[in-house]
Amino acid sequence: MADNSYSWPKAEETSALGKRVNRIDGVEKASGRAKYTYDIQLPKQLIARALGCPHAHCKIVSIDTSVAEKVPGVVHVHVFEKAKPGSEIQWQGELIAAIAAESDGAAVEGLSKLKIQYEMLEVFVDDANLAAAQAANRATKGGGKEQTEREPGDDDDEKEFVTAEFARLFKESKYVIDGFYGIDAITHCCLEPHGATVAWNGDKLLAYLSTQNVSGTDEQFADGLKIAADDVEVRCEHIGGGFGSKFAPDYWGVAAAEISRATGRPVKLMLDRDQELKIAGNRPSAYLKVKLGADANGVIQVWDSEHWTSGGATGGGVPHNGVIPYVFEPKNYRRSQINIQTNLGPQRAWRAPNHPQACAITHTAIDDLAARMGADSMDIFLRNLGTDDARRIGGAKPSVYRAEIELAAKLMDWKAKWHPHGKGAAKGSVVDGLGLAIHTWGGGANDSNCNLKIHPDGSVETFCGTQDLGVGTRTAIALVLSETLGIPYTGIKVNLGSSKLPVSGPSGGSTTIGGVSESHRRAATDALAKIGDLVAKKLGVAADTLVAANSRIGVKGQPDKSLSWKEACNLIGMRPLEVTGSFKRGTPSPLSNSTVGGVQMAHVLVDKDTGVVKINKFVAVQDMGLVVARKQAESQIYGAIIMGIASALFEQRIADRASGAFLNSELRDYKLARLGDIGDIVVEIYEPESERSRGVIGLGEPPVISPGAAISNAVANALGVRVPVLPLTPQRVLEALQKAGRA
Amino acid sequence: MKNFEYAAPTTESEALQLLGDSSVSTEILAGGTDLVGLMKKMIVTPDRVVNILGIPSLRTLERRVDGQLWIGAAVTLDTLLDSPYLAGYDAVTQAIRGINSMQFQCQGTIGGEICQRPQCWFFRGGRGLLGEGGQAAANGDNRYHAIFGNDGPAKFVHSSRIAPALIALGAAVRVIGGAAGRGPDGADGEVGERLVPIAEFFQTPRHERQRETILAPNQLVTHIVLPSPAGIANATYEVRHGEGPDYPLAAASAALRMDGERVADARIVMGQVAPTPWNTVAAAALLRGRSIDETVAEAAGQAAVADATPLSQNAYKVQLAKVAVKRAILAAAGHPTGGF
Amino acid sequence: MTESTIKGPGDPGFSRRDFLRGSGAVAAATALQTHAAAANQEGQAAGPAIVRGETTITLQVNGESKKVTVEPRTTLLEVLRTQLDLTGAKPISHDGSSGGSTVMIDGKPMSASTLLAVALVGKKIQTVESLGGPKPDAVVKAFVEHDALQCGFCTPGFVMAVRAFLDKHPQATEAEIRGGLNGNICRCGTYANIIQAAIAVVKGGK
Repeated sequence: MADNSYSWPKAEETSALGKRVNRIDGVEKASGRAKYTYDIQLPKQLIARALGCPHAHCKIVSIDTSVAEKVPGVVHVHVFEKAKPGSEIQWQGELIAAIAAESDGAAVEGLSKLKIQYEMLEVFVDDANLAAAQAANRATKGGGKEQTEREPGDDDDEKEFVTAEFARLFKESKYVIDGFYGIDAITHCCLEPHGATVAWNGDKLLAYLSTQNVSGTDEQFADGLKIAADDVEVRCEHIGGGFGSKFAPDYWGVAAAEISRATGRPVKLMLDRDQELKIAGNRPSAYLKVKLGADANGVIQVWDSEHWTSGGATGGGVPHNGVIPYVFEPKNYRRSQINIQTNLGPQRAWRAPNHPQACAITHTAIDDLAARMGADSMDIFLRNLGTDDARRIGGAKPSVYRAEIELAAKLMDWKAKWHPHGKGAAKGSVVDGLGLAIHTWGGGANDSNCNLKIHPDGSVETFCGTQDLGVGTRTAIALVLSETLGIPYTGIKVNLGSSKLPVSGPSGGSTTIGGVSESHRRAATDALAKIGDLVAKKLGVAADTLVAANSRIGVKGQPDKSLSWKEACNLIGMRPLEVTGSFKRGTPSPLSNSTVGGVQMAHVLVDKDTGVVKINKFVAVQDMGLVVARKQAESQIYGAIIMGIASALFEQRIADRASGAFLNSELRDYKLARLGDIGDIVVEIYEPESERSRGVIGLGEPPVISPGAAISNAVANALGVRVPVLPLTPQRVLEALQKAGRA
Repeated sequence: MKNFEYAAPTTESEALQLLGDSSVSTEILAGGTDLVGLMKKMIVTPDRVVNILGIPSLRTLERRVDGQLWIGAAVTLDTLLDSPYLAGYDAVTQAIRGINSMQFQCQGTIGGEICQRPQCWFFRGGRGLLGEGGQAAANGDNRYHAIFGNDGPAKFVHSSRIAPALIALGAAVRVIGGAAGRGPDGADGEVGERLVPIAEFFQTPRHERQRETILAPNQLVTHIVLPSPAGIANATYEVRHGEGPDYPLAAASAALRMDGERVADARIVMGQVAPTPWNTVAAAALLRGRSIDETVAEAAGQAAVADATPLSQNAYKVQLAKVAVKRAILAAAGHPTGGF
Repeated sequence: MTESTIKGPGDPGFSRRDFLRGSGAVAAATALQTHAAAANQEGQAAGPAIVRGETTITLQVNGESKKVTVEPRTTLLEVLRTQLDLTGAKPISHDGSSGGSTVMIDGKPMSASTLLAVALVGKKIQTVESLGGPKPDAVVKAFVEHDALQCGFCTPGFVMAVRAFLDKHPQATEAEIRGGLNGNICRCGTYANIIQAAIAVVKGGK
């Protein structure tokens, strides 16, 4: 026990790690007691509402606030800096002004009395249409890369060589596929919209912020308000969804603080639902044209693609590097990217940034190769993996994928259900189909610091400036401490959600679980060593013979030579034992690691007469290294699949080509999956010793990547026709059938 | 929300008093599932809101001796679903089930359901009932808009999911209030009552001052009156993208008066395809004298959409309307509909 | 303040002639007579009260009488959240399409976001908080046991929906559960676990 090197116990020796337990804040959340930013109610608090620009592209000519100021209940009108007369507004929903009032109704009524003159400018929102974007001067080159297995000779012109090589490779390919695939932009659509409730105490700001970056947003507030970061405290006990969109206070959060400063009263400013969808984050669209060549076995020899993508008004989109084609790395490829600038809200990181789109627009092409060959799609995916020694993929090892595919196929009963594309037996107008896709993600541990306090009465609490996005961070931390200290997880108090606590990194990129596991395992191991020394002295035994388990510390196998946890803690003295735990991102550690692989398979039913697609069964097999909180990890995978089903079948941002308006920005029109839409989902965590021994790896991103491609492939298998662009709406299914002459 | 004055009358005549005050603009509140959201968004901004839920006569369900079913306008949809009175009115039951949200069913009333405002995203986005005189939908994204009756400025589809069934079954609505049935120009203070065949209750507005029903501001729907369903095979089929309360992409209700194996008479009404529920005489005519099988139902579906005039982006709805008609007919006749 | 200042033409009753003239396909004289008679007996009083501006009302919330101050436009959701510190019901959509603000009114699930507080005097209002406490309701316990929550923002509304659904269908099958709980939206994707939680409550007989 005196050994201070850090490690995890073996799977068969754990008491808490990887166990199926209830989350420690479950009852609080399920009975409505948990307080979110939107729920904070401070004395004399004003309600602020903001007006979003109704036009997608315009210039603000003038703003008259005089009538609005006179609406009963209105206290303060704030015009945003970027909407001052003369400013250009680049997307619908961009905030123009906020009104703070005594009630929600008064604020909204006040907004309706603002008199604003706009000068309309030309609108472009048609990101799927490359030709239109080029014609409108909205398309710019986004780079690319060419790679050939053969090197050009010293005398060769490189460009000519590549062209000739590609021509040769395609000529030698047994199968050549020309494909078009796409995926529309979707929004984060956090159910708790972005926003803040703020109050000043003298020069100090207390900001309740709906954020996934508790430790980092105090500085951002301070920058915006020209005050010192020390004078800001950001709090977020519970957050109603973030998904990558809530790393900053945003200009409206800062405005809430400004309004509060101006009025001398606390202010709550939360976005409206439509504002949340229009301005608070979306996942870029991506569309791809590809020509690929494969040998007689279906192994891809050459890949040649161009994709266009839009991150909205501020540019960006899905990059070509690292993800196109996705996971697979053919020996010869050429890829290029075009960025399209639209009059739509700017993109934000969305769960597994770029991966779901890349998977959706490239694994579909691989499935079309299988369809052309009349082959089983699973075989073609397997043949393109290579081996651990001769990899043809990036990310996780081919052997991991092989094992996972085998497991998933068994859970899906793939072989029994499989039929060649378009060749299944129809039941009336209903056909069924199978599809799969694979994915990878890093998920290495983020920075994390914690302060662990062990009180003389045996109670344990930790202080950590992280946040629980709903993934069960509190519970996972308690399990790590429980495992290490040998005490029940339920009594451990986990304090997080304040920028005044020891700094922990933002929750993005599946980095939280690794970070907090590192800091807490380290702190608890160190703390236990100190207590162990005291116990050893008291019992007259050597410290390295002691173990902590079942709320006792003592010599293993000698019950008479042990103290209860409480007795042991009594030895600490009057003041609690405080130990810090720290981890810096990128430090090699036996406790955490990165890079996982996952496989997903979908079985769908399609009604050819209506174009409606239904999920029948969905299987996910996921590697995540060492599992900390098993029940919550499984929940993450279920949730990712359900989110994936939504974007595969229902979800899309619909922008009006004529006006630039985001037409379906209310939940009435923004279609998400409902409880009855999900079919039977089977989740299997792949955790053999080979993967578990790598340590903790994040899970938030990976399982959300494959559903789009897997479902699209299943629909293609059912119909024998590719519906090229996600989501697969009835309209698109019918149009694809009609185009293929199968209607 | 604009502030408004509020009243909760307990009698029909009180309600008419409150609605008849022409110095204020009024809206009728029942369940609130539609109106309150519209008021929050300042799409509808009445001076006065009249809550009719407290009027006992509007909350009754009554089977009359002649077989008619009188449903109070303020009867909630879940009450209807749970009531034995709906037996035989399968088309209505299925339409209510289709709403697929307990909350909407428990809160929403049948009167509110048929008087709900269009779901059209241009209207709800603040661009007017007709969406800039029809230009918004004509030039913009019209994927969910009308494929029939869209030659005027109104391109939206009527939202009611129950109205097609009510029309197919030959229902009427009892309207009370100023010059009942004479339209919005009726003289002030003139009060009447009449039963309006529900097909005539809906209208396609031609300008922004009109609405989707013939109801004048000083009028109120008090009851929906259904004739006896005896001998009428009927069903509703909705093509829905997914589960949940989202509106169908197309729908149809079929009512068939059978003479043994053959159809003596039929009424087929499509929903979500036109600014009003859309009665297809062609489909009904095709069915008369025939016995129902898949071929006949398919032909009726084809006939129903033969005159469709889709807009730039909603041709797919023609196929969906055709399938809805076909499947509603099959369901009414007791055949499997196909599909899931 | 509450006012009673309605001016109107009095109660002119109904014109039977108008009714007949307009009678449609299903018009029936017998039906009409009973109705006209009923209408004529109604509403002889001075006229209904009109509420303008702020007024104090008493609501029955979770078994207790609560005095609150509202305007006609104040929604129940606003009152619960800002005056009664009952923030379980959430503002997720403004029009009830998310189910996030589900409460029970006289035992039925409804969206507090689209109910006017002033219209709920005399109704039994039950919020999710009533299912918590030291002995949580079986639905709350099942949600925790089956981890049927993630971020938890939709969860209170879903808990109320499941409670209401199972109150009405205590023996619900899995298919009925999948068909009957589509009025609520979850963004984190907890549906699979919610289905299991609901099944468990049915099995537990609560």
